[in-house]
Amino acid sequence: MSTDAGTDLTDIFEDYSAAGYYCEMLGNGGAPARHTEGLRRQLSELGIAELRRRAAMAERELYNLGITFTLYSNGSTIDRILPFDVIPRVLSKDDWDIINRGVRQRVAAINLFLHDIYHEQKIFKNGIIPAGLVLGNSNYRPEMQGVDLPRGTYVQICGIDIVRDEAGNFLVLEDNARTPSGVSYVVENRHLMLRAFPDLMAGMRVRPVSNYGVRLLDAMAEVAPAGVSDPQVALLSPGVFNSAYFEHVFLAREMGVPLVSGEDLFVDDDDRVFMRTTVGPAPVHVIYRRINDDFLDPEAFRKDSMLGVPGLVRAVRRGTVTLANAIGTGVADDKAVYAYMPRIIRYYLDEDAILQNVPTHICGEKEGLDHTLAHMADLVVKPVGEAGGYGVVVCPHSTAAEIEACRKQVLADPANYISQPMINLSVSPTLVGSGIEPRHVDLRPFAITGDSTWVLPGGLTRVALPKGSLIVNSSQGGGSKDTWVLD
Amino acid sequence: MTKLLARFAESALWIARYMERAENLARLLDVNEMFSQDRHDLEEWLPIVTINADDERFHASYPAPTVEDVINFYILDDENPTSIKSAVRSARENARMIRHLISTEMWTQLNMFHNRLATMNRGEIRLANLSPICMEIKETCQTHAGIISGTLYRDEVWCFYQIGKYLERADQTTRLLDIKFQHAARPSDDIEAMTDAGLWNALLRSVAGYHAFRREHPRGFKPEMVAGFLINDDGFPRSVAVCLDELKRLFGELAAEQGRPVPATITGLHAALHDAAAALPLDKARDGDLHDYLDGLQGRFIDLYGRLAEHYFSGDVPPPGETRPTQTQTQG
Repeated sequence: MSTDAGTDLTDIFEDYSAAGYYCEMLGNGGAPARHTEGLRRQLSELGIAELRRRAAMAERELYNLGITFTLYSNGSTIDRILPFDVIPRVLSKDDWDIINRGVRQRVAAINLFLHDIYHEQKIFKNGIIPAGLVLGNSNYRPEMQGVDLPRGTYVQICGIDIVRDEAGNFLVLEDNARTPSGVSYVVENRHLMLRAFPDLMAGMRVRPVSNYGVRLLDAMAEVAPAGVSDPQVALLSPGVFNSAYFEHVFLAREMGVPLVSGEDLFVDDDDRVFMRTTVGPAPVHVIYRRINDDFLDPEAFRKDSMLGVPGLVRAVRRGTVTLANAIGTGVADDKAVYAYMPRIIRYYLDEDAILQNVPTHICGEKEGLDHTLAHMADLVVKPVGEAGGYGVVVCPHSTAAEIEACRKQVLADPANYISQPMINLSVSPTLVGSGIEPRHVDLRPFAITGDSTWVLPGGLTRVALPKGSLIVNSSQGGGSKDTWVLD
Repeated sequence: MTKLLARFAESALWIARYMERAENLARLLDVNEMFSQDRHDLEEWLPIVTINADDERFHASYPAPTVEDVINFYILDDENPTSIKSAVRSARENARMIRHLISTEMWTQLNMFHNRLATMNRGEIRLANLSPICMEIKETCQTHAGIISGTLYRDEVWCFYQIGKYLERADQTTRLLDIKFQHAARPSDDIEAMTDAGLWNALLRSVAGYHAFRREHPRGFKPEMVAGFLINDDGFPRSVAVCLDELKRLFGELAAEQGRPVPATITGLHAALHDAAAALPLDKARDGDLHDYLDGLQGRFIDLYGRLAEHYFSGDVPPPGETRPTQTQTQG
């Protein structure tokens, strides 16, 4: 990239190299991407020192605002901020069009799939996916069999993790159909950028993200039980000790609904849900719950749960309350079911998948296990039941001893593992101690489904801050970036 | 309109109580430092411990206490639930519970106050620096009050917050009076201590009431005058009478918000408190013998809170076998 003629502006990306990966700012090695030109010029005008100053300011603001997650150790609490990188990740209009259509297609297929497996189970009869893989899954909930949900919607809020390979193609890494988190950072990152860099977006036509709460509340009203004209929505959180509590506060504020805990709700003998108010019980019709199925209702699931509401499953089955997301959606974002997703899309929608999967080998099947064992050194091995990046072994980055340990684990319980080729995730220029360097990123767009599906323009860009790391999860040293979708 | 969750009402009330408590403690420590005959004398500081009924806990933590220990106990001690740091931490925790109902400005200022106290060390609260630190704490509490006044939406949350504030303020005023009367009537002192101008001067200044008092009483400091002013003056914002008037007005606002009256168990006790305040025994005040009277008032404030909690914070009768924790007045 050249500096502007007639000025002595220094290009702050002059010494930057994406080292063969696809770069979200510059593209894949040819002429720098046109759609980021304005941003690159603005950043160069600011210069590194000013970027650092504003980054420090932004960090202090996050701390003061209490946009933190809480860690508990030795009985004391530590408030940590999610590291924030000030250099945005930009998606062109064309890129966004693919993601938007692809995510909506996937959400539609997931909802049809869930409705089918909890009703007629035609997909088993047609031999598209083995019944055992679904019915034997711990996230399959027999309690939901035959229960009709408003609009047949199971997944009202979906987060789909998308990566980009060396060629710049988008690939789905995993679906999150239970309680996907991170959307609060999307909106707060944008607010933070607008305050710290009021000048940066000038003339860039970045699509806004601040109406997420309004869209979400509309969707919650659309999926209310039949006959309820002015539904009371509530957000159910495990409480202040949950590490995502900040997000629960954010969502309740943005929707303008009460942020409740299990202790605030009860289900009466007619299977209706109420919240305890200062003037006595008041009915509740829709619950956006951020508690996992297991802890939701001690009558139906874990008896020792102190977080849930006894009788909630009764109310769902009776149709007096809508839960978002529905109980039993975890079976759709299972890492083994994921492998079948292109076939699931074709089966229900008669369309090819717009967003491809990463090729996946299911170790529970002989073919997949053989392939995994034969090529282990080149593969990424993942336990199917874990979230947050836990237990993932990136073999090309591991020692021989670590690979051997992984092989033993896979052999001991093959059904618990899948393997995938290592995807060289795209990189995004990131401000680090030594200047601006490439760091690997992914993208989690958020889709809301009521009457129809809407995708928040952008999503959460997570960035793996340690040099060379491919793991973007916040629990593993990940940070985040503002994500711009250009109009 | 969405009805207010019982738990949120409770949190709103407790934010106010804890912040009021923090401010009052800062006032008390500041004035004690300024008006002690010898501020290095531990005897000048121990009445604060006694009146807060903290003797046992304090002496267990500090077997050979110094003046600095008393100050640390009330400002920074994490183990002491009545320290300023603990109060602000509890206020912040309650604010976190209702974070979605309060303004970002209110939350951020409280969060920053908490972060400031969390990083404060004992060096900063040494005796020579105590006054500026107390001033800082007091002003931060007043900034909080200003943000509340300027940003908190006037609904039930506001009512419960304000009820907590005036309940705590009235209670704190009686405690402050109690400390100074006990101080004056210490066995080692002769009866002249009761007419010690410095003592009453200090007491009035600690509640920012000196000039107001002078307008009512141009000359002299008689103990019964000071007690009468702090209990019954109808213009002084920290007097028990003004706090009770505010509570009465707030009960009216709450009833309007909820479209149903405040129950007689609560209004009845409020009326009894009002009568008790009006019946301040001036002869006993003259003799410095107000402890039982003040203790009686404090007991009724505790009862008043109990009745509020029972009626508004229980969320009606839970299904059998279910219990929920209730916040106690010395919420640990």
